Amino acid sequence: MKNIFKFFLSSIAALMIFFSSAQADSIRIGTEGAYPPWNAKDESGKLIGFEVELANWLCIYMGADCTLVEQDWDGMIPGLIMRKYDAIMAGMSITDERMKTINFSQGYADEVASLAVMKGSSLEGMDTPKAINLSTGGGDVKKALKTLTAALAGKTIGVQTATIHQNFLESGDVGSVKVRTYKTQDEVNLDLAAGRIDAALAAAVAFTDYAEKSGKPVVLVGPTFSGGAFGNGVGVGIRKDDTDLLKRFNNAINKARKNGKISELAIKWFGFDASM
Amino acid sequence: MDLVFALENFPRLLKATILTIELTFLSLFFGIFVGVFFAILRASKIKILFFISYYYSYIFRGTPLLVQIFIIYFGLAQLEWIRESFLWIVLKEPYSCAIIAFTLNTGAYSSEIFRSAFETINKGIVEAAESLGLNKINTFLRIKLPIAIRQSLPAYGNEMILMLKGTSLASTVTLLDLTGVAKHIISTTFRPVEVFIVAGSIYLIITFIIHNIIKFLEKKYSFNS
Repeated sequence: MKNIFKFFLSSIAALMIFFSSAQADSIRIGTEGAYPPWNAKDESGKLIGFEVELANWLCIYMGADCTLVEQDWDGMIPGLIMRKYDAIMAGMSITDERMKTINFSQGYADEVASLAVMKGSSLEGMDTPKAINLSTGGGDVKKALKTLTAALAGKTIGVQTATIHQNFLESGDVGSVKVRTYKTQDEVNLDLAAGRIDAALAAAVAFTDYAEKSGKPVVLVGPTFSGGAFGNGVGVGIRKDDTDLLKRFNNAINKARKNGKISELAIKWFGFDASM
Repeated sequence: MDLVFALENFPRLLKATILTIELTFLSLFFGIFVGVFFAILRASKIKILFFISYYYSYIFRGTPLLVQIFIIYFGLAQLEWIRESFLWIVLKEPYSCAIIAFTLNTGAYSSEIFRSAFETINKGIVEAAESLGLNKINTFLRIKLPIAIRQSLPAYGNEMILMLKGTSLASTVTLLDLTGVAKHIISTTFRPVEVFIVAGSIYLIITFIIHNIIKFLEKKYSFNS
């Protein structure tokens, strides 16, 4: 009896040591797994994508033991605050609105947003510049927004909920369009292909990726967007009081940028160098 | 819990409640007809009608409402012949898709409730009606149906409450009902606790009202009075 008791005590002690040591340097990273090519899932349900691989490298550089935690997009920031994980790597753009609640590391990648329609849409062939940066402003940007406002009047546009794309459409920069919000980008794509919405707004690669994989005639229209409501690149989201972790991520990102790891992974997943 | 923040968002949530009530009411309204229709089929001696009713109820009670609404909204939209048919006018809109899904779902449960209510009717009452010279239709409308409605009230009240909560799934097909707006607010403010407590309370209040209406009707039409 005594021996059994001893055995229990020692195993509890061993478990405690095990967990405390694991906790000392384990980082849980939240991601969505539904925003290819940033983060997605393969057929077997395994997480894949640019950020999944980048997270692994960053953790190696930090000397940390990382686990990826799946989280629906609309609960991503609440999940971080409630300590379901310690960092977010989910294609999340650094915006002032989010900075009120959480911190961001320096950006590791950036890519532009774009409108997409089905081939044959009346929105094709809009007379706008190839790209506009909302932060620089100027006559060109104003003119392009005016063209967009006129073209999009009365149209229904689909976006994923709680994204920079939704913020932009609701900012009034392109007039008062009808915005329909979806839980995932996949659902936006489905309804675009089905013709329920006239256009969709998301990261340009989200559409090209979908067009390629589904074979559906989805085409990009209008200018590509950056700056302003579209934020300043994608970074790691971290709780405000975790300043230590923020520093570690920043250092690791520095290293990954200098040794070319971010570029390498970006080219692999995006087809172009989206690193920053 | 930040009471000021909760109160600030109360008007927006209350506005969204209108859509929730609308969805609940319309689905239940259409669902009653669907339910009675299939309950009658269920009592039919014609085998094929019986089986249609049986399997309709089996399928819709045997699958999650979320799956049903997804199949109707996202699934049917994948079929080109549906998109090119007149059905698309209705199925294109998330609102009508939600109503269809909810109606078919509550219709299946209601048909079971009404069926068992019809089965409890005392044979003697029906025989008495017939001996008084009432024809089949009159016996059904004036004798069987009122008794069945009274019998099914408690179970049907339950179904109404379940349907009210079921409408929260409308938010999964882009509708901004009470749950949809609550999620929308959370996604921009990142504060789930306050918003969900307010939204939950609104559901609770509606449930309270439904519950009391049913209780009142039960008392009014009780057999003892």
